[in-house]
Amino acid sequence: MSFFGFGQSVEVEILLNDAESRKRAEHKTEDGKKEKYFLFYDGETVSGKVGLALKNPNKRLEHQGIKIEFIGQIELYYDRGNHHEFVSLVKDLARPGEITQSQAFDFEFTHVEKPYESYTGQNVKLRYFLRATISRRLNDVVKEMDIVVHTLSTYPELNSSIKMEVGIEDCLHIEFEYNKSKYHLKDVIVGKIYFLLVRIKIKHMEIDIIKRETTGTGPNVYHENVTIAKYEIMDGAPVRGESIPIRLFLAGYELTPTMRDINKKFSVRYYLNLVLIDEEERRYFKQQEVVLWRKGDIVRKSMSHQAAIASQRFEGTTSLGEVRTPSQLSDNNCRQ
Amino acid sequence: AETVADTRRLITKPQNLNDAYGPPSNFLEIDVSNPQTVGVGRGRFTTYEIRVKTNLPIFKLKESTVRRRYSDFEWLRSELERESKVVVPPLPGKAFLRQLPFRGDDGIFDDNFIEERKQGLEQFINKVAGHPLAQNERCLHMFLQDEIIDKSYTPSKIRHA
Repeated sequence: MSFFGFGQSVEVEILLNDAESRKRAEHKTEDGKKEKYFLFYDGETVSGKVGLALKNPNKRLEHQGIKIEFIGQIELYYDRGNHHEFVSLVKDLARPGEITQSQAFDFEFTHVEKPYESYTGQNVKLRYFLRATISRRLNDVVKEMDIVVHTLSTYPELNSSIKMEVGIEDCLHIEFEYNKSKYHLKDVIVGKIYFLLVRIKIKHMEIDIIKRETTGTGPNVYHENVTIAKYEIMDGAPVRGESIPIRLFLAGYELTPTMRDINKKFSVRYYLNLVLIDEEERRYFKQQEVVLWRKGDIVRKSMSHQAAIASQRFEGTTSLGEVRTPSQLSDNNCRQ
Repeated sequence: AETVADTRRLITKPQNLNDAYGPPSNFLEIDVSNPQTVGVGRGRFTTYEIRVKTNLPIFKLKESTVRRRYSDFEWLRSELERESKVVVPPLPGKAFLRQLPFRGDDGIFDDNFIEERKQGLEQFINKVAGHPLAQNERCLHMFLQDEIIDKSYTPSKIRHA
């Protein structure tokens, strides 16, 4: 473009109109680094300016048109060449012509649908970005700006507790209960493990949060399991009749809302894995899916309303929990 | 109001005193002790006393004592490998070197070696017998509690009483 100082070169800049007031959110990039991006929600308008600054004010810049795009896309890492765009909006800012001086163009995408949450995973990435392009005969000038989208949910209507009796016949019977089946990202899991029968020499017990990312369809489905948290809830040998309380604060862990079949490309699900370890390091476990959701930071209507919601999960335990028939607790057979 | 709710516990049944302070129901102790070497020449071998004390209902005797030799352990191991889905831990080594002639010591009948092997066997049998799936195997019960191992037995699963 501007080899040896000849020709014209231009700096492109994308500025949001509400950059001063808009919230920023931390988001992990592909290389694991965390960076702050402007935060948007579904239906919000994205507006701003594309600024062009000419490096050489005495010369003109010829172009074949200037445009701005708003793009939401899913990249599957095993299929790098193909990006699946689920949102793609274009605004033309200028017809083919020439620019003689630095200049700014306003743009506005009103009430943009942003149906999914931004996500960077092991095998997949869902991103939203603005892209300004100055089309030129040889090489386009392109500037991108990533934004982050959070999807908000409201308090789930049906949020029964998870209660189940599991075990190995005549060796170990436990009953576990988690107070809800749907937790928001800053929630607390309150639960208990009740020992009905202990004929195995249990040494300790932990609860893991497992994230399972599923990508692809049909025969090419990839599952990627990551243990997000490992939390010891009991140390020592339990006896019959004992109950172990659980209180696990989710705020400290890197979690996203549960995502099911996002654009038929991927899913992200979360499981609570209860693991009992015996004296010989054999592990007995039971996995249970929990749904995670992002709660809106909407101003609280009234504290009493909040309190009423909070207390709901402790009262009337009879109407909540479903008790299923005892199922076999898995055993990975002592791989030492 | 929210903080109070989040620090509450779920309602639990109180534990009764007998469950809390009574003997645990997972009691299983196996000792390997008292090695004795018998026979002469090529028929010479060492046996170990296997003493079981347990309150697990799956074992038909609460206390039992039998004598076993190394090759009996090998038999048990191969039966479990074949019959169960359990990953069976290894036995202490076979000590081929010690079986060569013209050694300065007593070879596989050396006291130190027998002691070492005894400890290895004890570890092995405790690991195996504590496994809930291995406990269903007839061969384990025969090994631990029958006076004589019937090696032509029909492998089967033990049902809980």
